Amino acid sequence: MRWRTNKLVHFTYLAAMNSVGSPSPRISPLDGLGRSAVAACAEALALLSFIGKCSVALGQWVIHPSRIRWRPLLHNIASAGVGALPIIGLLSFLLGIVVAYQGSGQLRQYGANIFVVDLVGISMLREFAPLITAIIVAGRSGSAYAAQIGTMAVTDEIDAMRTLGIAPLEQLVLPKILALLIALPLLTVFADVCGVFGGMVMARAQLGVGFEEFLGRFTKVVSVTTYLIGIGKAPVFAAIIAMVGCFQGFRTRGGADSVGRQTTRSVVQSTFIVIVADAMFSIAFSALDI
Amino acid sequence: MSVAATANPAVIKISNLSTRFGEHVVHDDLDLEVRQGEIFAVIGGSGSGKSTLLREMILLHRPDAGSIRVLGVDLHDIEDAAALALRLRWGVMFQHGGLFGSLTVMENIGLPLREHRELDDAAVDALAAQKLALTGLDPEVGAQYPSELSGGMMKRASLARALVLDPELLFLDEPTAGLDPESAGEIDQLVRKLRDQGGLTIVMVTHDLDLLWQLADRVAILAGGRVAGIGSMTELAEIDHPAIRKFFDGPRGRAAQVQTQELRESVVPQSAHLRSSSWKPK
Repeated sequence: MRWRTNKLVHFTYLAAMNSVGSPSPRISPLDGLGRSAVAACAEALALLSFIGKCSVALGQWVIHPSRIRWRPLLHNIASAGVGALPIIGLLSFLLGIVVAYQGSGQLRQYGANIFVVDLVGISMLREFAPLITAIIVAGRSGSAYAAQIGTMAVTDEIDAMRTLGIAPLEQLVLPKILALLIALPLLTVFADVCGVFGGMVMARAQLGVGFEEFLGRFTKVVSVTTYLIGIGKAPVFAAIIAMVGCFQGFRTRGGADSVGRQTTRSVVQSTFIVIVADAMFSIAFSALDI
Repeated sequence: MSVAATANPAVIKISNLSTRFGEHVVHDDLDLEVRQGEIFAVIGGSGSGKSTLLREMILLHRPDAGSIRVLGVDLHDIEDAAALALRLRWGVMFQHGGLFGSLTVMENIGLPLREHRELDDAAVDALAAQKLALTGLDPEVGAQYPSELSGGMMKRASLARALVLDPELLFLDEPTAGLDPESAGEIDQLVRKLRDQGGLTIVMVTHDLDLLWQLADRVAILAGGRVAGIGSMTELAEIDHPAIRKFFDGPRGRAAQVQTQELRESVVPQSAHLRSSSWKPK
């Protein structure tokens, strides 16, 4: 039996080598550039069509709420929302400290210590809290979505689901999108609170601005619009993260290495698109003068 | 062509089927007919498009041209509701089982019932337990998760799930691939048992010569995008076609062929060559 095992191991090794170091002929750089450009365009189109399908299916859920799959939805809210609270709380608290600390040196020079409230309040509520929350959730949940769906694709589970008459989109994707649409704005509020608290701690330690003084000014200079702008971005980020994660999961082909590749892609892509979307929000808001 | 089965009506009728992946032509004007109550096997080298053909028959892949009729329904531009109704009339056992890792074996088997039949939990469990027993699995296995099962048990659980809605048509994708000779032999017996119960049409994609010789009523060999030969194994063994000869020539060549094909397809080493060494031409 021994020799046979060895032979089989050898065969497996050869087969694995074959699939990794593919024997495709060398291609010229220009050819490669063209191919990757075409592949990128094809992927963008596929993503668009996936977003379209998700939107239609989500629309059907809104029209027929009886079709909503509550179990996976609630499970996803718990894992993506409640589970992310500690890390988001800690990181936004630290971010608040950093912003206040970086500002304190400049502000002290001009004796404008109290303006740390404006600095921390507006920057956290408007930009940092939604962004840091989205990036953490992309790394935490978006990657998990891609890995879960990717693994299911590799083990025939997605195909099995289709043949059993269960739409993978309804069972796997919509609960995730809906869960993030609910969880991410709430997480952003939590990040707002923790971030501003971090700023307050630093303002008191470095600039002698007490909590009471800080909060007194906070209500005057930070408008509700600032708060709503930050919260308003969250659902958009949520949709991006959930859809890109699921989309990359469905693009998994072949074996385990592909799952890893698609998971990485999902994180890189969703983080990228989230930051681009944030920049576009900034441009739009400045054009609208809000 | 086999004479015996001509009386039975066609369950699957494929005509002028063409499939391409980019430049690569998989099926080129392929015609095929599966008749009621037979065990029909599709074989062919790797890349011959047999798995794609199976996927096209079960609505997982859309062909580029041609028509496929399954159970009297044309699959081309089928409506969602009709597709669902059709899917409930067939069962599929996937090569890797396709069991849901987050559910126990019993939950997996009961899932189609829970989704599509208005039954209470007790009735679902009773039916699932019945199918579990039919496939020869112990009741304790029902509480386990797919990750805890051996390859053979996984395939049986998958078969139990495929049978739970009492389908008219059963598709098996490599039913014995990746199994040790003993488990593979048990799958043979299970398929035979299902056939003997009557009424069920079985379509399988396989490399397993034992399974082919012992069970398949008719076999189609795919080569060059078409059906290179169709008939019982004994009939095929006499046809002089390069693709068919490759499959049959010499016990050693044959064993190696099976081994390399399966290695290429699944990377998981197969032990089919062990079983086929005991094979004798009829």
